[in-house]
Amino acid sequence: MKRFLGFVKKEFRHIFRDYRTLFILFGIPVAEILIFGYAISMDIKNAGVAILDLSHDEVTEKLSGKILSSGFFKKSADLLSYDEIDQVLKKGKTKAVIVFEEGFGKRLIREGKASLSIIADGSEPNTATLVTNYTTAIVNDFNIEIAGSALNNALKIVPEVRMFYNPELKSYSMFVPGVITLILILVSALMTSVTITREKEFGTMEVLLVSPLKPVQIILGKVTPYFILSFINVLVILAMSWLVFGLPVKGSIILLLAESMLYILMSLSLGILISTVSSTMQQAIFISLVGLMLPTILLSGFIFPIENMPKVYDYLSLIMPPRYFITIIKGIMIKGTGLLYIWKETFVLILMTTVFIGISVRKFKVRLE
Amino acid sequence: MKEKVIEVENLVKRFGHFTANDRLSFDVYEGEIFGFLGANGAGKTTAIRILSGLSSPTSGKVKVAGFDAGTQAEMIKRNIGYMCQKFSLYEDLTVRENIALYGGIYGLSRSEITERTAQLLDRLRFREYENKLISDLPLGLKQKLSFAVAVLHEPRIVFLDEPTGGVDPITRRQFWEMIYETAERGITIFVTTHYMDEAEYCDRISIMNDGRIVALDTPSNLKKQYNVSSVEEVFIKIARPGVG
Repeated sequence: MKRFLGFVKKEFRHIFRDYRTLFILFGIPVAEILIFGYAISMDIKNAGVAILDLSHDEVTEKLSGKILSSGFFKKSADLLSYDEIDQVLKKGKTKAVIVFEEGFGKRLIREGKASLSIIADGSEPNTATLVTNYTTAIVNDFNIEIAGSALNNALKIVPEVRMFYNPELKSYSMFVPGVITLILILVSALMTSVTITREKEFGTMEVLLVSPLKPVQIILGKVTPYFILSFINVLVILAMSWLVFGLPVKGSIILLLAESMLYILMSLSLGILISTVSSTMQQAIFISLVGLMLPTILLSGFIFPIENMPKVYDYLSLIMPPRYFITIIKGIMIKGTGLLYIWKETFVLILMTTVFIGISVRKFKVRLE
Repeated sequence: MKEKVIEVENLVKRFGHFTANDRLSFDVYEGEIFGFLGANGAGKTTAIRILSGLSSPTSGKVKVAGFDAGTQAEMIKRNIGYMCQKFSLYEDLTVRENIALYGGIYGLSRSEITERTAQLLDRLRFREYENKLISDLPLGLKQKLSFAVAVLHEPRIVFLDEPTGGVDPITRRQFWEMIYETAERGITIFVTTHYMDEAEYCDRISIMNDGRIVALDTPSNLKKQYNVSSVEEVFIKIARPGVG
């Protein structure tokens, strides 16, 4: 045990003496939370909209006023003709142009129908979708208003849209779980695989193997510090998301921390596995980044909903551990679900951890021969 | 006669169809400096891995420090020291921390570590470097420290795998002085090298070729036997018959 503790102490020294390691461990998580929370916001606020009003009547004034006063948009320009649309969109400030056809108000009253076009800047698909959705919603709302005033006695249907789980549709409540998932697998798997291959590359691993330390002790000694630091990372991210974004954990915090530990363990065993198949630090970094980081971002449901993916990717994502953890952590943090609803995902993670450790132990033994 | 610390009889190591070590037999005695020579790929590394408990023999009897290499590898590891051709101290730890780390790994008590660290620093005249990071030391000093650390726990045998690669001649000379001092303390030295002048410093040398030991004697006897003036010529005659 004393041998082991001395070895763990040495590993901590490696980490604390290398500013780059420290930065990756703690700087990146904090930066990512802030970037995802603030900069890559999925909400729209004061998006630039240009108005091309070819009718200029009471109805169009009212409707455009309603759109612009919603808080989501601000007027970036008043256009006079269709020719200007292309130009104003190219400038970039304007995310969409709303076009009222000629005689909009008259048609609406006479024919009960008038058309309005929303021309959005498709080069930013996310914003474009959001802008068109918001505008359509406002127009629908307006439709109902005027329908109500025209037919005084008609039933007024006021649809009330309510969002469960994320009532304000704040995107950071989606990002915090994603960032935790990404950071943990990155830090745990990448760092462990790098630190183990570093000993191989520098030749110190050979000396350790010849020493009375058992291989299990060497591996545990190397991953223990990362386990502790990753766990601290979880606490830091959760505290930040609560303090900065006011995002509380709805479910049991104990369950959340326990699941995080399981996920850290899974990532560490994955890191050990990577280190057994790579002989240089470069290989380890490459495998971790390409093999883990990209799929985590793309296939875990972190940014792109799995439901919307082609079936192939859906199946592919089944072998990605982050997919399960994201479900778990979103469940606990945002919906407040208990173990009853996430036991399947938990079970899959336990299974994966066992498999990774099993393969690593076998590989490690083979290498010794 | 001195006690045998390494006994090898008919050691065979196969990897599939490839025989890396073919019926090796030799003994190494306490306090001896035993040179283990051979061209690259002759099977030296495989043999050292078996002797140091990293790998087990396919067949044959191997005893190191009185323990069987097939079944008691853990006991062997406690009784040997090892220094490999790649430099084996941690660059981002200080001299003192490296010594304490290896002392701890080999199960020395805190007071033993303190005591031996002090001795070691004085003997190597390393006091001024004790709190310097290894990365700030010149290669020669690193190599010396590396050796001192490998024998910190007073093992019965120390394995040196090409310990002087890339070191200047003066440092090599100093390094060999350390080896002599250590051997005088009764620690057996098992060393591989590519420098033939170093082979001359050994008490006995063995030369391997194609997985077999083809010569084993004192340097002077070998030179007599092959009727040449240096170990280098012996080596060339044996290891590369076509060239010689």
